[in-house]
Amino acid sequence: MAKIHITNREGVESEIEGEIGISVMENLRDNDYELEAICGGQCSCATCHIYIDDAWTEKTGERSDEETELLEELECMQPGSRLSCQIEFTEDLDGLKLVVAPDE
Amino acid sequence: MSETIVIIGAGHAGGQAATTLRQKGFEGRIIMIGDEPYVPYERPPLSKALLAGDIEVERTYLKKPNWYEDKDVELRTNTRATSVDPAAKSVTLDDGAVLSYDKLLLATGTRVRTLDLPGADLDNIFYLRAIDDTFAIKDRLTPSSRLVIVGGGYIGLEVAAVAVKMGCTVTVVEGLDRVMSRVVCPEVSAFYNDVHTQAGVDIKTGMGVSAFEGNGKVEKVVCADGNAFDADIVVIGVGVVPNVELAEECGLVVDNGIVVDEFAATSDPSIWAAGDCTNHPNSLLGRRLRLESVQNAVDQAKTAVGSMLGEPKEYAEVPWFWSDQYDLKLQIVGLSEPGDEVVVRGDPADRKFSIIYLRDGVFTAINTINNVKDFMASKKIIAAGRKIDPALLADAETPLKEL
Repeated sequence: MAKIHITNREGVESEIEGEIGISVMENLRDNDYELEAICGGQCSCATCHIYIDDAWTEKTGERSDEETELLEELECMQPGSRLSCQIEFTEDLDGLKLVVAPDE
Repeated sequence: MSETIVIIGAGHAGGQAATTLRQKGFEGRIIMIGDEPYVPYERPPLSKALLAGDIEVERTYLKKPNWYEDKDVELRTNTRATSVDPAAKSVTLDDGAVLSYDKLLLATGTRVRTLDLPGADLDNIFYLRAIDDTFAIKDRLTPSSRLVIVGGGYIGLEVAAVAVKMGCTVTVVEGLDRVMSRVVCPEVSAFYNDVHTQAGVDIKTGMGVSAFEGNGKVEKVVCADGNAFDADIVVIGVGVVPNVELAEECGLVVDNGIVVDEFAATSDPSIWAAGDCTNHPNSLLGRRLRLESVQNAVDQAKTAVGSMLGEPKEYAEVPWFWSDQYDLKLQIVGLSEPGDEVVVRGDPADRKFSIIYLRDGVFTAINTINNVKDFMASKKIIAAGRKIDPALLADAETPLKEL
């Protein structure tokens, strides 16, 4: 099993056992982190916004143009911003550190 | 003594309510009643990825099945509530059980509008609302199928896009003079009509279906004007009606949906309602309305839970919707009306453009096609009810957020 290290919206840190082969968004949702993820993972709504820790941005891959366009319209976009539905959780991401972004 | 909250309905609103109750630290008993055999799931993929076979059914679940046990949420699937007694504060189920509640949430959603026409009970005529509907249709679709879809709305066109990609021969029969006429302007309808036609879908508008013919199984869809289309399978998508009977029978105020206030409260102090089944006020829009949307189900369920837990917060969100067909991501913010001024932003030939609706000069709604930037920016503009010069809006080079 691979782990995900999460800081929630209240700043509380915790660790979950991530499920491989589904998105980071689905992992967060299954574990009750406060993501809306209304579109269900279609890269359409930007309600699953997270910040990836600097050390992990390379491993989590590049944003698509569409993902970048969605993120750029958010007020709290940062360099590590990602839509968690667009990152598939794999063994390579064991130990992934992220922060759940504020609700806009 | 610990409280019991009963949730009738296990769709987006019911599922969100259970989640939010536990997230907010509610420690009492939660019982959720659902008439399907599944845990709460995402409905949008039913006419898209699930039908196409791109995802397994488990990927539609809002929470994994073990979540309900882990969080002590008593989910009763395959079960229907048959009546509510507001005086006794109890719900009777179709298995005879009677559940007492302290607080009740009605998240009963909608059901498909059915066509009461000759031959409507023939085999291989389907509606699409639930997972099992998708499976039934999917099981019968093969590349050689002749599929006739009745209704050129979201569901009909999404099914058409999936089926034509599978190789089926697809005809869409729409009674009005253009597709998606209830939700988009003629320009957007024309664009989608062209896209489907180019993909090989035969779209017939202005034709009212009058009967289905066949011997046991459907073989033909007959229109009032004499046109007829051969069919192996028929999918009907002609809208939905709210499930209000439980509310009505127990004396709640009902008027095109269960009437609630801005806090999702019904006319009974112990009963709230959320999602597609509600007629609710929205101060941003300045009127009451009933919506069929995931966003509304999720957000209104959160409002209802806040009210149930004594933290009322007004529900006032700009509604938004989406429909995925082929490579096209249609997103809609706000509610347009016939007669709105229409501004085209970008070139439809690029398959990336927006249509903005102005009412008395106010930016009221938008349809974006593969244009997520405009979708995002318009939410704030519409919530603010701003007037913007149409000439500026028409310039696609200038980002909306700079206007």
